[in-house]
Amino acid sequence: MATLIKIRDVSKLYLRGKQKVEVLHHVNLDIAEGDFLALMGPSGSGKTTLLNLIGGLDLPSGGSITVGGQRIDQLGATALARWRASQVGFVFQFYNLMPTLSAQRNVELPLLLTKLSGTERRKRAAIALQLVGLADRATHKPTELSGGQQQRVSIARAIVSDPQLLVCDEPTGDLDRQSAEEVLTLLRALNRDHGKTILMVTHDPKAAEYANSTLELDKGTLVERQLA
Amino acid sequence: MKYLHLVWAALFRRKTRTILTLVSIVAAFLLFGLLDAVRASFEEAGQSANGAQRLQVGSKLSFIQTLPYSLEAQIAQVPGVKDVTFANWFGGAYQDPHNQVFSFAVAPNYLDLYPEIAVSDAEKKAFLATRTGVLVGERLAQKFHWKVGDRIPMQSTIFPDREGSKNWTFDIVGILHSTDKKSGGFFDQMFLLNWKYFDDTTPFNHGQVGWYVTRVTDVNRTDAVAKGIDALSANSDHETRSQTEQAATANWVKQLADIGLIVRSIMGAVFFTLLLLAGNTMMQAVRERTSELAVMKTIGFTDASVLSMVLAESVLLLMLGGVLGLGLASLLVPFVSAGSGGMLNLPTVGASSWALGVGLMVLFGVMVGVVPAMSAMRLNIVDALRR
Repeated sequence: MATLIKIRDVSKLYLRGKQKVEVLHHVNLDIAEGDFLALMGPSGSGKTTLLNLIGGLDLPSGGSITVGGQRIDQLGATALARWRASQVGFVFQFYNLMPTLSAQRNVELPLLLTKLSGTERRKRAAIALQLVGLADRATHKPTELSGGQQQRVSIARAIVSDPQLLVCDEPTGDLDRQSAEEVLTLLRALNRDHGKTILMVTHDPKAAEYANSTLELDKGTLVERQLA
Repeated sequence: MKYLHLVWAALFRRKTRTILTLVSIVAAFLLFGLLDAVRASFEEAGQSANGAQRLQVGSKLSFIQTLPYSLEAQIAQVPGVKDVTFANWFGGAYQDPHNQVFSFAVAPNYLDLYPEIAVSDAEKKAFLATRTGVLVGERLAQKFHWKVGDRIPMQSTIFPDREGSKNWTFDIVGILHSTDKKSGGFFDQMFLLNWKYFDDTTPFNHGQVGWYVTRVTDVNRTDAVAKGIDALSANSDHETRSQTEQAATANWVKQLADIGLIVRSIMGAVFFTLLLLAGNTMMQAVRERTSELAVMKTIGFTDASVLSMVLAESVLLLMLGGVLGLGLASLLVPFVSAGSGGMLNLPTVGASSWALGVGLMVLFGVMVGVVPAMSAMRLNIVDALRR
């Protein structure tokens, strides 16, 4: 498998008051195309920071990040936003759906950034909802859906523009076991059947079992790498 | 346009707050529409084709100073003057001093210079033939249920008769009808009495007139005619100031109050309050959507598109309320005019008022939205998602 993500000597510093805190220390990592990688580690170990850097939500203080041949650490804010729109799908712990929009409209959101017609947008959103098993909930607002259903809507939103990479930050952290398993099964299907590369931050070893490989971070350093 | 449903959904995220803010905006622009109509009404006073042919000649000192009757013959000789007439303020009130009536003691030819006031020949003859005769405006007659043949008491708030009483008695001999809708509000309220009777009866006048009205032969020469008339009294104790009817009305209104300034002051205070209120609404609306805005940026909305959407939201808020308010003002103007009993003849909310109103809506929308829009644009995704 070709390498999709290349991380070289990446560091990330934050300023806390006048103090500099290094959250990531010279991280090097390759992630293959089509991989399903679980990123684990204690709180404050730098998992989410690494995820944010790979997803283009933040820029490294040092080093380089290449995703699909694109040096994303060299992109400006607007170019990075456009890159995210076309290349990455995001799934959050608390779903982060727009409360005033229906499931269908939430899923359509990333497609507003494309040149697709309204009809085509609706069609694609319907397909994405069907894929996550929520075609019959298209007109429901987030408050009318269970946590598991909301997370599946957010997965539909993440895949609707057909990105290569899915970045998931604790996607089952707010769900009961059954809903968590449904979501993880869905992610695994997207990885196996649709070839999506998935990078998932989790605290839950059971969730990590759904991944092909697990990576552990501790105090900003990759400490262990093992095959699942 | 494809973002409109997002903007709309964001605007009505908190329905109660948005509706209350909208009500405030509707009220502000309703007031703007009505007050602008009042201002336009005063600005339009005296502007008519007939009015353009008339010059008002009054005392240079003040409109309450009188002029000698002897000036009439001299004014008539000024080149460019076609007709001259005159009038005095009577200061009448009916039954109660609060029931003020636009009452004037006028020369016999007064109505000849006002073709926009219609009265039958028979009634005109009766007016000239009856010393105590009066002609009253149609609406005024309706207001007090007067009819031709009635003998009515009228109190002058200024002039007593020779016995010292301010209670006068008049005979209604005719009804005045306005043929000009624009100035109809005023003419329909008029009460005209004979100047000769007035001058003979009150010891306070002695051959004085309040002002002269002249009709010019050529409207393009009004300046020259006005100078010619004013030259007659130059360096005398009764210097005159001649001006067009429009200018005279504007000056008269200005001596009562600067309507434009009053309207601007009221609207300034109303709009300032509105800016604070709508600004607060927008600040709150954006603050409580921080994580939603962060998600939008996460999935690829650029800083510029987030800025535009928040600005569009605030402009839409102002436009919705403003258009409703001005629309409501357009509907209410005729009722306000009718309700004033002809005292106010407000023009409809015209294209210029709409253009100014829409301009203000957009301007206020941008002013109200710029700070929250900038903060949304500058939002750091990582920090915002952590909240």
